[in-house]
Amino acid sequence: MGAIQSYRLRLQRQRWRARAFRKRRELKCVVDRTDQIRADDILLFCTQRNEKIRLSYFLDYYRKQGVNHFFFVDNDSDDGALDYLRNQPDVSLWSTRSSYRRSRFGVDWLNWLQRKYAHGHWTLTVDPDEFLVYPFCDTRPLRALTDWLDASSIKSFSAMLLDMYPKGRLDEQPYHSGEDPIEIASWFDSGNYTMARNHAFTNLWIQGGPRARVFFEGEPAKAPALNKVPLVKWDRKYVYVSSTHMLLPRGLNQVYDEWGGEKASGVLLHAKFLDTFGAKAAEELERGQHYAGSVEYKAYAEQVKDNPQLWCKWSEKYINWRQLEILGLMSKGNWA
Amino acid sequence: MTASMGVAMLVHTALGRAEQVARHWAAADVPVVIHVDRNVPKKTYDGFVAALADVPNVLFSKRYRCEWGTWGIVAASQATSELMLASFPDVRHVYLASGSCLPLRPVHELIDYLAERPRTDFIESATTADVPWTVGGLDEERFTMHFPFSWKRHRYLFDKTVSIQRAIKLKRRMPHGLVPHMGSQWWCLTRQTLSAVLQDPERPKYDRYFRHVWIPDESYFQTLSRLYSTNVESRSLTLSKFDFQGKPHIFYDDHLQLLRRSDCFVARKIWPYADRLYEAFLTDAAGAMKKTEPNPGKIDRIFAKAVERRTRGRSGLYMQSRFPNEDWENGVTAAEYSMFQGFSELFENFEPWLHNATGARVHGHLFAPDRVHFAEGQTTLNGALSDNAIQRDYNPETFLTNLIWNTRGERQCFQFGPHDTQEINWRIAKDPNAQISVITGAWAVPLFRSNMDFTDIRRIAATLQKIESEHMDVLRSPYTKSRVRIWSMADFIEAPMEPLQGILDEIGQARIRRLSEAPKMVDLHGFGQFLQNLKNQGMHPYLMGDFPVERGPVSSTDVPRKPYLVK
Repeated sequence: MGAIQSYRLRLQRQRWRARAFRKRRELKCVVDRTDQIRADDILLFCTQRNEKIRLSYFLDYYRKQGVNHFFFVDNDSDDGALDYLRNQPDVSLWSTRSSYRRSRFGVDWLNWLQRKYAHGHWTLTVDPDEFLVYPFCDTRPLRALTDWLDASSIKSFSAMLLDMYPKGRLDEQPYHSGEDPIEIASWFDSGNYTMARNHAFTNLWIQGGPRARVFFEGEPAKAPALNKVPLVKWDRKYVYVSSTHMLLPRGLNQVYDEWGGEKASGVLLHAKFLDTFGAKAAEELERGQHYAGSVEYKAYAEQVKDNPQLWCKWSEKYINWRQLEILGLMSKGNWA
Repeated sequence: MTASMGVAMLVHTALGRAEQVARHWAAADVPVVIHVDRNVPKKTYDGFVAALADVPNVLFSKRYRCEWGTWGIVAASQATSELMLASFPDVRHVYLASGSCLPLRPVHELIDYLAERPRTDFIESATTADVPWTVGGLDEERFTMHFPFSWKRHRYLFDKTVSIQRAIKLKRRMPHGLVPHMGSQWWCLTRQTLSAVLQDPERPKYDRYFRHVWIPDESYFQTLSRLYSTNVESRSLTLSKFDFQGKPHIFYDDHLQLLRRSDCFVARKIWPYADRLYEAFLTDAAGAMKKTEPNPGKIDRIFAKAVERRTRGRSGLYMQSRFPNEDWENGVTAAEYSMFQGFSELFENFEPWLHNATGARVHGHLFAPDRVHFAEGQTTLNGALSDNAIQRDYNPETFLTNLIWNTRGERQCFQFGPHDTQEINWRIAKDPNAQISVITGAWAVPLFRSNMDFTDIRRIAATLQKIESEHMDVLRSPYTKSRVRIWSMADFIEAPMEPLQGILDEIGQARIRRLSEAPKMVDLHGFGQFLQNLKNQGMHPYLMGDFPVERGPVSSTDVPRKPYLVK
């Protein structure tokens, strides 16, 4: 790494930090339960808008894994999500009516909250439709993983986004609050992911899956990035640069081995494609608050009329983490 | 009356668990001497001592500051051992354990096991030349250098002092009569050996020396016990596995059955929150006496595999946490595959024929410009790999490695040619898993049989010849690692059975031992004249080899149908 480039990245990191500091004024605290947090608690950070239907299962899922405290930023919900979250005993809640896009899709808000509250904690940053799966997650709590990462001097843990979808039309099977969305959207693409190194930030850039296969068939370069680093032993100097795809300092993006070995990694099951997606897509298209001019929702809107089927003959049905590890989507690394 | 075995326990975290284990030992009349790391705050320490106040035969030694890789741990072991030997005269064996060790078998089984071997010292101890598990490349040097800086806290200074000492060849001298030995720090020594080590008149000299050896807890007792012991059994009774960074593997609840079946006496290191393990092993009833020797084979294999996965990985897999640099892949692709160039042009039914003869999956032109021609005309393949050409060409290398990874266990064959996208050529050429068979110039056959204007044919032929010629340069380069076989078309049709047999043999899963039927060759009547016409137009087709003008009918109509026999 050249000294000049390293200095540039440092400046960039400072700029994101300053931006997060400025954006803190957009956040209004609704409930602050941060005094409950103990020194070694695992924290979860999440931005959401009108996702009330998903929240009950989401909170349960992560409570069971051993998350101790939740930080939510509510972006102008009108479906009762705000009141629902306010009454959860382990949630601290902020709300904002400002632009999601201008906070760089929530990154600025969360960067600020993380800087203020997450220093020294293992920190999970996910969306309400993302469910973390890590090696041995059926028998070991999240703390077993973070203790092991600590003992191995590892500061960040990657979990690739795996798009899950139902068999048949997306709107065929309605989702009800409290249900496991993976029971409906239980299929995924196992082996059509492309990857390339992003040399500036040393992260991998992973694309593919059903969205690339169906929505971005003709322009794969525009397909959404799937590489994510959601679990980080946070330090107040760190910032997320673009969603949870990459961080600064860039050493945190070095979650892959370059000499043939495998590091430990997990998967974020992405339960976006439920019956709720159609309405969501229409709303988001109107608001235009999503990444790259909501290109993804536009691509979907164009195809929604032709009865979109993400499922194909070679789709795999989700069983458990061992299946994902055998397929090579995640790895136990040297954790045994 | 105490048991004939005592436990010296070194504790630094998870004091609650240490207390549980100490009570477990003490309940079987095993005396316990505990050393608590000096770094533990006094208040916590006092609480810990008070919690164990009701247990008889538990003592606390003088406290030292224990940092990994430094003398403190040896000092602590010495202090606890001395206190043990002085306070409990019945003790014959002293077992060194840590706070995160967990006894797996009933305590009396261990006591009996040791009582049957009253003179044996269980201490893993090997000469430095023979130990592969040193981390950081310091084996011999840990005895001959000075280590004034902490490896954990001042890594830079630590590395610097090592390299300076290497440069100026500074060496410490070993005290006379010592042969450096290393091994697991968890031992079980007899009173005789241990007291000899601790009461040696030379001990101040040895201590002075080992104080500046790196990681002395793995060498102090290992070296000195060799001086006095009459019967060293070089293995540790504590099951303790280390990963490639030299840190111990940790046991969790899901290892319960594995640990039970290991028949080891003590295991480390246990995750402090592994409630089921502690509950299971600390409440085990005194079952039927097992006289079995410890047998950690299965656990060994699991952890060895974990290390292998971390250092070598799965060949041919590219994923979020394995993305090897070029030439460091340890296998570019996951399995062997075959690429054929010119065969489906020359033979009418090559693909079904090859499938029948080998059982392999035979694709068409995977890298064709219009779309991916998967076998049987499928539009997606294993792993939901799309047949869209744009998607494939977005990253053709990943397309290939994905294809081979997704179809592990089934041999893949595909066609290639100068029409196809050529971006993948180097990748395949450098892949030892690739078996490439080329009939050069066969691309001219479809042109010959086409119904195009001759000027177009001439132009296309010139382009294809140039592309194929460049590809052949790649395949013949010294960097090529794949198995390459190239025939000119003229050579090939001279005797097609022999190369075909060779290819089938190489694929190796041939359904038929000997090739009885060759695929049907296209009618080449007039092909020589066709080439001559190209020449007459000033385009020189050379990749096919020499075709006499009148040659065509001889070789094409009469493909041998009789069984091919080699004596």
